[in-house]
Parts: sequence; C-alpha cells; structure tokens
Amino acid sequence: MLDKSTFTHLPQTPGVGYKPQHFNDIISDPGSVGWLEVHAENYMGDGGRPLAQLRHLAEEFPMSVHGVGLSIGGEGPLDGDHLARLKHLVDWLNPASFSEHLAWSTHDSAFYNDLLPLPYTDATLARVCAHINQVQDLLGRKMLLENPSSYLAFAESTWSEPEFLNEVARRTGCGLLLDVNNVFVSATNLDFSPQGYIDAYPLDLVGEIHLGGHDEDHDDHGKPLLIDSHGRAVVDPVWALLDYTLERSGPLPLLVEWDNDVPDWPTLEREAARAASALDRVLVEVAK
Amino acid sequence: MTTDTSPANAVNQAAFTRAMMDASITTPQGLRDSQNRPAGRRFNVYRNNVAVSLTDALLQAFPVVTKLLSEENMKGLAGIFLRAHPPQSPLMMFYGAEFPDFIAQMEQLSHLGYLADVARLEQHMRRAYHAADATPIDPDALGSIAPEDLMQTRVSFTPAMQVIRSPWPIFDIWRFNMEQDAPKPQAGAQDVLITRPEFDPTPQLLPVGGAAWITALTGGKTIGEAFEVANQDADNFDLSTTLALLLQGNTLTALHRKD
Repeated sequence: MLDKSTFTHLPQTPGVGYKPQHFNDIISDPGSVGWLEVHAENYMGDGGRPLAQLRHLAEEFPMSVHGVGLSIGGEGPLDGDHLARLKHLVDWLNPASFSEHLAWSTHDSAFYNDLLPLPYTDATLARVCAHINQVQDLLGRKMLLENPSSYLAFAESTWSEPEFLNEVARRTGCGLLLDVNNVFVSATNLDFSPQGYIDAYPLDLVGEIHLGGHDEDHDDHGKPLLIDSHGRAVVDPVWALLDYTLERSGPLPLLVEWDNDVPDWPTLEREAARAASALDRVLVEVAK
Repeated sequence: MTTDTSPANAVNQAAFTRAMMDASITTPQGLRDSQNRPAGRRFNVYRNNVAVSLTDALLQAFPVVTKLLSEENMKGLAGIFLRAHPPQSPLMMFYGAEFPDFIAQMEQLSHLGYLADVARLEQHMRRAYHAADATPIDPDALGSIAPEDLMQTRVSFTPAMQVIRSPWPIFDIWRFNMEQDAPKPQAGAQDVLITRPEFDPTPQLLPVGGAAWITALTGGKTIGEAFEVANQDADNFDLSTTLALLLQGNTLTALHRKD
C-alpha cells in the first residue's frame, strides 16, 4: 500500500468548502466537520478579513488549499506571478493538502474563470506532467489532481480519463482527488458506467474525495446534460457512488462542496453528517 | 466515443476560446457527444459558465452601479465588458479595475456622468478590503507634539486608505443606494475618504480641501506644506476635522518628526 502521507495529511473525516458567512458557526460548533477547504485564489489578497479568518481557522482545523486558477492543462506556460502567490500562501499556511484540477482556464493571458476541458492525448499528457512537476518542485510538496466534469468529448482523445490520470500520477508522483459527483455528471453526459469508471480508477492514489450538487439540463437530442454547479445538495445516486467507492478504497477524507446559493450552516453540516455516516459504514466493514 | 485523430479534429485552446467568447463562431468540429455527433448545445455550457461567472463577479463588485443601472442593464453592460476586458489574472477579487474607465468611454452612458466615479468609489472600496494590514499609531501621539513641530511632521498611511475626488456627489449617491433613510443626493462635487478601521472599508465625506491635503501628505509633504496646498485648493480648509477623520479611521501608521 502506497504511503498517502506523501500527498495528503487530511484526516479521514468529512470536511466542507469554507464560506465566510459560516465563520461564526464553524468556530462555535463545527458538528461533524473535521477540516476545511479553501479556494487558493480567494486568499491571495494582501490582508484584511479573508486572511485574518484563514489564520484563525488554521489554528483550529486541518486545512486544504484547493486551487482553481493555475490552468495546469494550459497550452502556454504557467503564470509565474500566480505561482509565486501560490507558493507564498502554501508556505505561510502549510496546509494538510494542496490540490488543483485537470483543466485549463488561462489562454493568451486571459483568465476565463472556468475549468475548461482537455483532449486526452500524449501531447496533453506531456504538458500536464511538466506543469505538475513545476508546481511540485516549486512548492516542495506533492499535490492532488482532480478529475473534471465533462459535457463533451474530444474526437482526438486516445486515452480514457482514468488511464490518463493514472499515468499522470505515475509519472509525477502526484496523488489524485476523486470527485464522485464529477464522475456521475461525466458518466451521464457521455454514456459510460460510473461504477465502471471507479473500477478502472487507481483508488490507491486517491488522497481526497469531493462531493457536490449538480444541475440538470438537456442536449440538442433531448438527452440529459448534467452541469456541475455546486449549488444544491448531493443527490442520492452520488451518495450511492460514494458508498461504492469507499467499499473499494477504504476510508478517505471526504469534502462537501457547496459554492453557489450557499445554504445556512445547519444545512451544510447535515451534508457533512451524511458523509460521516458513509465513512462509519466503511469503518465497520474494515473492523469486521 | 470513437477516436479520430485526423488533423481537422484537433481543437487548440485558441480555437476553443474564440468560439467560447463569440457565439457567432461555430463550435470546433473536434468536440463531440458520446455518439460522435457535434457537441452543439454542450459547448454552450462553457460559454454560459464563463459569461455568468464573470458577470456575477462584476455585479458583486459594483452593487451601487448595478442598482443605478438596474440589474438587467448591468448584466448587458457586463457582457460587453467581459469580452473586451477578460480577467488578466485568476484573482477575481480585483476583476473590473478597468470597468470605471470603460463606463466613462461608453457613449450610451454619457447621460449618467457620475456613473464612472461611483464605479471608481466601489473599486477603491474593494481594494481597501483586501489591502495589507497595518498597525495604526496611538491617536494621543499627535498631542505630544508641539504645534510648531507638528507643522513640520510627515505622516505615513495604511495601504487601505484611499481618496477619490469627483465633480459629482458620489458619496451621497453611494449612501442613498446603500443605506436606509439616507438623504437624496444634491448636485455638487464631493471628495471621499475610504478608511478601514478594522476589516470593513468605510467611505466618508471629506471637507473641502481635505483631499488636496491628504494627497499632498501621501506625496511626502509635511503637515504644514500640505496645509498650504489645501488652502490653495479651497478657501475654508478645516484641518482639524480632516485630521480627526484620519485618526478615527486608523489610517496613520507613523509620524516622522523633524530631526
């Protein structure tokens, strides 16, 4: 068994994506929540309340820094200024984990504030690996790479997504962040079995699991098109896919993401409590 | 999904972004659904995500401009702006720095002369929110300086302090849209001081000459030299009121007395 402490020190408990409006609730009673994740880019200002809150939270909770703007899959070089800001944040906070996405968001100096898709080709593989090596060398730590939500496919792709991620991890030594909602969304949108994806996925390299809500739309042919919106509760089939995954992976740090139409704290904490019971079921199995 | 690596199916990021930011451009042909049909509507998810997330960022950054224009008009304006000025960094907290100038140059908005300066005020509020922390001086420290020495003293300010001058009543407009029971704006120029006593930026109306005085101080002039500048700017410059605003707002970080 691989030593996961090379890429994560998060506890095997539920965490939530931190929202500033929950600060007082979290400090007074975090309930089932054992750790917090923040988006790196929201803490790259010079000072003020965001950094003061982060300093306070980091004294009480293990923290995960989750980047959304590095553009790991970008065709151009990584943004040096942004890398320097990331290093400053990670050196200062010393989080239990740093993760980013298999995606791109910057082209020709413009940042599009979305996780844009990549063709799974040898050229993409070489570029993503080079960028991850650069990030890991700079930060002096291993990172986790998250699987995306897919709405379409590239005709030019020659790798399946689990194989592609496995190869990236093998070449760079990074760990993986498995978003089971993204798996469910992509599987629905691109007609594959989500359980089959999990079966093909290198679960021994997973350092963290993400759960989130999605919206439903449809494509030109009336087929369902799910959209990874992080704006509502996790749906039952995704909880079931989490159970399927945990039965095969054993307990892992679980994160509930709710970034839009953010609910009150009790609602978010209930989602974390549901994640806690999923973990408890696996622990019972392990103990048997 | 069948792999087809013919060159026509290669989708580079330049082609992807061009089509993403301009709905009149056809979706790149290498993008497909699971049955190898053209991606069609599926590509619109990205078009929509980018436009909505950047529009939301602008609405959040400029709440008063949004109220003044109506949300519908602001969304329309944001749609034009985000295509002309996509973010140049992943720090969305600073997105929209060019928005005030963009407004000033929009002919269709020229009848709302004050709008660009209101946007500037909101932009400075955001900068103040994220500015570096600094330790303010003890207000009593000023009292220990003899009046004649005080005029030869220089001061340093917190990075959060901002001053905006406008020929429009931007403070009254801001307050009228943000606070209940605020008085209706009256015509006239207003200068605004933004302080951040702890974490929340606070705009305050400066007395006449106050902006000229503070700007001279930030430029390195002594309190006395800056007083001359302020008196040239306005007839009735009120130094003690302006100084009290600076002290109450925790804006002074150091006094540099004459050696």
